[in-house]
Amino acid sequence: MNINTKAKVKRGIWNIFKYFTLILGAFISVLPLVSCVITAFKTEEEYASTNVMQLPSSWLYFDNFIQAFKQANMGLAFRNSILIMVVVLFGSILTGAMLAYVLNRFKFPGNGLIRNAFLFASLLPGIAMQVSVYQIMYSLHLINSLPGYMILMMGTDVISIYIFIQFFENISVALDESAIMDGCTYFGVFFRILLPLLKPAIVTVMILKGVGVYNEYYTANLYLQDKNKFVTVATSLFKFTGPLGNQYNYICAGVIITMLPALIVFIACQKQIYSGLTQGAVKG
Amino acid sequence: MGETRKRNCFVKWISSGKVNKRLCIVTFMFFPLLLLLVFTYIPFFKMFQFSFYDMKYIGSREFVGFENYINVFKRDDCFRALALCGYYIVASFIQLGLALYFASVLSFKVKGGGIFKGLMFFPFLVCGIAVGFVFKFFYTRGFVLDTVLQWIGFELDNLPYWLRDSSINNASLAASSIWRYMGQNMVLFIGAIMSVDSSLYEAAAIDGATGWHKFRYIIFPSIKTIIVLNMILSITGSLSVFEPPYVITGGSFGTSTYFVIMNKLAHENQKVGLASAMAIVLLLIILLATAAQKLGFKYFFGDGEEEAIRTRRKREKARREQA
Repeated sequence: MNINTKAKVKRGIWNIFKYFTLILGAFISVLPLVSCVITAFKTEEEYASTNVMQLPSSWLYFDNFIQAFKQANMGLAFRNSILIMVVVLFGSILTGAMLAYVLNRFKFPGNGLIRNAFLFASLLPGIAMQVSVYQIMYSLHLINSLPGYMILMMGTDVISIYIFIQFFENISVALDESAIMDGCTYFGVFFRILLPLLKPAIVTVMILKGVGVYNEYYTANLYLQDKNKFVTVATSLFKFTGPLGNQYNYICAGVIITMLPALIVFIACQKQIYSGLTQGAVKG
Repeated sequence: MGETRKRNCFVKWISSGKVNKRLCIVTFMFFPLLLLLVFTYIPFFKMFQFSFYDMKYIGSREFVGFENYINVFKRDDCFRALALCGYYIVASFIQLGLALYFASVLSFKVKGGGIFKGLMFFPFLVCGIAVGFVFKFFYTRGFVLDTVLQWIGFELDNLPYWLRDSSINNASLAASSIWRYMGQNMVLFIGAIMSVDSSLYEAAAIDGATGWHKFRYIIFPSIKTIIVLNMILSITGSLSVFEPPYVITGGSFGTSTYFVIMNKLAHENQKVGLASAMAIVLLLIILLATAAQKLGFKYFFGDGEEEAIRTRRKREKARREQA
C-alpha cells in the first residue's frame, strides 16, 4: 500500500515536471515568432507607443503586410523562387536518382571512389568554398543569371543521393533482371520501372531539398546581385537591412510572409519531413 | 537498304547488354559528376592555388608563397577568432542534451505530443535571414526577451544589452542557434528511439522498469551511436559557425567568427588570397578533428560489427591477469 502511493506520488511529480518542461520548451520555441506576429499587426503609432508583447488593437490590420510585400518586391520574389524551385528540384532529383541507380545497381571500377568523392565533398564547408566558386561563376559569366544559379543549386547533395541509394537497396534486383530478359534496356528499367517505384523517396527529397532551396539566402545574395530582377523570397528580406532597419512592424510582416509557405508545407507534410530527416541522417 | 541495315545493326549493338550497360553508366553519371567537378573539386583546387597569391577576383595577381598562411596566424582578427567557437561547442552540447531529453519524453505517450514536437521543430524550417531579423528584434533593448524577463521579476536596469555587451553577446547568438536546431536534433533522436524494438519496452515494463531505467538501459545504449555522431558533427559545425553572427549582428561588437571574417575579407575587402588561406587552414583543422574523433569513436564504441578497441583491451588484460 505504502509503496504504491509512493510510486504514485513519484509518477505524479514526474508528470508535472514533464509537462512543465514540454510547455516551457514549446513556449520558448514559439515566443520569438509569436512576438513577430503580434508586431506585424500593429499600426506605426501603436508600434511606437506600446510594449512589443502587448496585443495589437486589431487583428485585421493588414497594411504592414501589403507595404512589406510591395517594398520588398515580393511578387517578383515569389515568381523567381517558384521558378528556381521547380527547375532545381526537377534537375537534382532526376540526376540524383540516376546517379544512385548507377551506383547501386552496377559494379564497375571507380564506384567506391565516386561515393567517397561525394562524401568528401560534403565535408567541405560551403561558405568557404564560395570564395573560389565565385571566381568560377564569374569567369563563366554566371553572376546575375537565373540559369547559372539554378545549375549551381542543382549540385547533387549527398543526403538526397543516400536517400535514393537506400531506397534502391530495398527494391529487388530480380525486378530489373526480369525486365532485361524481356528485352528492356537499362535506360528503360530506370525510367519505366524504377522511377515510378521511387515515388516516396522522391517526395522526401523534394520536401527536404525544396525547403533548403526556398530558404537559401547566402548564395542567392552572392550570385543574384541585381535585386530588381533576380530577387528571391529569401533575399527579398535584405531590403529591410538598410534604412528600414528598425521599422519592425514592416520587417515582422515581411518575415511572416516568407515563413508562411514553409508553415503550410510543414503542416501538410509533417510526417514526410520527419521521416525524410531521419532517413537522411542515418546514413549521411 | 544498306542504310537501314546499318542502322539496325547499330540499334542492336547499342541495346546489347554490355554496351547498353556502359552507355547507361556513362550518361547517367555525366551530369552529376560534371557538377561535382565544376562546383566542388575545381573550386577546391583553385582555392588551394589562390592561397599562394596576393590577388583580387579581377586583375593581376602576384605569387607570394606562404605569406598568406603566415598572415592567418599573425593577424589579430584571423586565427584568434576561432576562440569564439567555444561558445558554440558548449551551446551544441546543451542542444544535444535538450534534444535527447525531449526526444525520450516524446517517444512515449504524451498528451499533445505531436503538437509539442511540431512547435519545437518548426524553427528549423525558418529561413536563415528571417531568423536573423527575428532575433535582432527579440534581443533589442526593452523588446521581447527583456519584457518576458520583466514579467518574471527582473529589473530592466539589471539586464545587459544582449547583442552589444561583449561579455554576453556570443552566448546570445549561440542560444539562437540552439533555438533553431534543437528540434531537428530531437526529431532525429525520436526516429532513432522509435527504431528500437518495442517488445524491449514491453518486457521492461513487465519487469517493473521505471522511466529512468528504460532510458538508461534501453534507449541510451541503442541510440549511443547516433548521439556520438551528432557530437562529432556539432564540433566541426562549431568550428565553421557562420550564420548566427552573420545574420544577427553582422559580426559587430566582437561576435565575428572565423568564417564571418573570412567572408568579409573575400567579398568586401577582396583579399581573395588571404581568405583562401583561411579556408584551407580551417579545412585542415576540420579534417584533423574529424579523423581524431573517428578514431576516438572507434576506440570507445567500435566500428560496426567490430567491438570497441577499449573493451577488447580490457578483456585481454583481464585474461592476462587471470593467467
